[in-house]
Amino acid sequence: MMAMKTSDEQFKERVEKNLNDSFMRGAISAAQARFQTRRQARVEELGNWEEWRAHGEEIRKHVLENLDAYLYELSENVEKRGGHVFFAKTKEEASDYIKNIATQKQAKKIVKSKSMVTEEINLNAELEEIGCKVVETDLAEFILQLNDHEPPSHIIVPSLHKNRRQIREIFAKAGYDKSEQPEEMALFARKTLRQEYLTADIGITGCNFAIAESGTVTLVTNEGNADLVSALPKTQIVVMGMERIVPTFEEMEVLVSLLTRSSVGQRLTSYVTLLTGPKGEYETDGPEEFHLVIVDNGRSKILGSEFQPILQCIRCAACVNVCPVYRHVGGHTYGSIYSGPIGAVLSPLLGGYEDFKELPYASSLCGACTEVCPVKIPLHQLLHLHRQKIVEQEGKAPISERLIMKAFGLGASSSPLFNVAAKVASPIMSPFARDDKITSGPGPLKAWTEVRDFPAPNKESFRHWMKQRQKGEKS
Amino acid sequence: MKVSLFVTCLVDMFQGNVGKATVELLERLGCEIDFPTSQVCCGQPAYNSGYVVESKGSMKNMIKAFEHAEYVVTPSGSCAYMFKEYPHIFKGDPEWEQKAQCLADKTFELTDFIVNVLKIENVGARLKGKATYHTSCHMTRLLGVKDAPIRLLKNVEGLEYVELLGKERCCGFGGTFSVKMGNISGEMVDEKVRNIEETGADILVGADAGCLMNIGGRISRTGKPIRVMHIAEVLNSR
Ligand code: SF4
Repeated sequence: MMAMKTSDEQFKERVEKNLNDSFMRGAISAAQARFQTRRQARVEELGNWEEWRAHGEEIRKHVLENLDAYLYELSENVEKRGGHVFFAKTKEEASDYIKNIATQKQAKKIVKSKSMVTEEINLNAELEEIGCKVVETDLAEFILQLNDHEPPSHIIVPSLHKNRRQIREIFAKAGYDKSEQPEEMALFARKTLRQEYLTADIGITGCNFAIAESGTVTLVTNEGNADLVSALPKTQIVVMGMERIVPTFEEMEVLVSLLTRSSVGQRLTSYVTLLTGPKGEYETDGPEEFHLVIVDNGRSKILGSEFQPILQCIRCAACVNVCPVYRHVGGHTYGSIYSGPIGAVLSPLLGGYEDFKELPYASSLCGACTEVCPVKIPLHQLLHLHRQKIVEQEGKAPISERLIMKAFGLGASSSPLFNVAAKVASPIMSPFARDDKITSGPGPLKAWTEVRDFPAPNKESFRHWMKQRQKGEKS
Repeated sequence: MKVSLFVTCLVDMFQGNVGKATVELLERLGCEIDFPTSQVCCGQPAYNSGYVVESKGSMKNMIKAFEHAEYVVTPSGSCAYMFKEYPHIFKGDPEWEQKAQCLADKTFELTDFIVNVLKIENVGARLKGKATYHTSCHMTRLLGVKDAPIRLLKNVEGLEYVELLGKERCCGFGGTFSVKMGNISGEMVDEKVRNIEETGADILVGADAGCLMNIGGRISRTGKPIRVMHIAEVLNSR
């Protein structure tokens, strides 16, 4: 099972389980530290990062505001170069189209690289159902696939939660018997995969940016496998979310730079692959057939809504790499292929509140995500907007909470009432206090006092002191 | 200079000492303090939980309570930021948007006010010890007040300042987040306290009562010999 939703467990259970996974937490906090330091260096060396961000935001906003026109231009240009374009409204339409191609080509083996959106449309399972062998060729995806199709925990490095020792154990399932040196393990993966490229019937990749003016698909990678996936098999299918467009090569370059600096802290990745339609008459490499599948799957509903800024996302994971909640709970807690702040905003939009209503609350609204986002998406504000919708429109907030908030509204909007509250807060709390602290609190305070004390209120309330003081001054 | 004090509900109800220190400090720096007693809570707890309608009543009350003020000063970065948010929240409201903007424009967080309005960087405070400082998220990222508290702290006589490792990382307070996601919040504050301990500081200073209650609560639970002080209390030490 691997659509958007990756778990049937309750959110609370997932939190509990992952908080207890010390291996995962060690791997994640180390990775966050690495990513953050590298990103910081690459951002600072530019000297005018804020201008870069503003430019990135401007490009993405412009595309979203003119998405119809750019989608049209892109399709025209892909077709002009002999490619096929399919616009899929739903995930079923998308996977059916791809399954049809596989059936027509009598495909037995399909190699894949670089695509979150194919997970969104549950493509692997669908293809396996009709008898295709699907091989993930990104190292991280390859690891997870070997590990009984474990879901990704990070949008750039899906196996981020695994440490070397665990990866070695997973590789052992496929006959690996060497050390846990990353180089040695990568070599093993490469050897295993090399065979697969040569014998695959279809190559499927995602798309970082599609360039409207030329119909070119851009893939930004570090392993070079996307090159092989797209060059060796006879049929090439690119699957992209409908918003991943840029007008021209110029904007593509800006966004690639923002992407590589923000995600892994590189000036440029090792490979930037450009694919334009099938192999031309005088070209020696490339597929004979080229399909571009543009997936909507809920995106057009976001367009024009208050949540539109989330479609600016270029999937760099900078927000994930800096998130203090993700740091402790890891990607699987989100129960979605999209985790971290981007996942907490996007998953309820694409997958509905029913499955993802807790995610907007899995944030202290600290704003670290908003601060790093290279295209200036106000992530913490969008998380807050979700909360507002859940409370006001969906009626999904717990009743007890609604009552407390109603009471809050009443108390805090009337100063006489608030005055009383301020005066009685101290006496009400004092029975729970021992040695100036409360170690086991009543009601909602219980969750607080599980891990920390609550300081007992100061003996004299501020209001009282102030009043006495002012009286004293007058007399 | 006349200053209207927005003391914040946490300080009003639980941490009176922070309010007292703020008043004494500002007076010593030559300000005349006005305390509008009709002030309530800024509405943030309900607002952040998504209860926008419920929170607007208290916001209107606050706007009224400070209508007469020349400067509004508060010992909390987070609550100061909330006032700055009011114009967005009342956007398009013919009666309240303008008033909300006025309030936002004249509101200052305490250390920002001292450094950037009063133009004072040494308040003449004296305190012995080794202190580290927790940069609260709303104050640093959203309000944008970063240097002021550090500059003031570095000028406190007898106080050694050490920087906190991972200082930009949230302490896990997040208002209702701390009870709604109690265990995640707990892990966050636990890491924060470990980082504080590693500095070897014996005083932890902060500028937001919420964060300090959270971090202080964890310090108290773990029994670490670290004193937790609001920056107003530090600057008011002599
Ligand atoms: S939301 Fe921003 S920071 Fe997060 S993945 Fe998308 S572009 Fe990157």
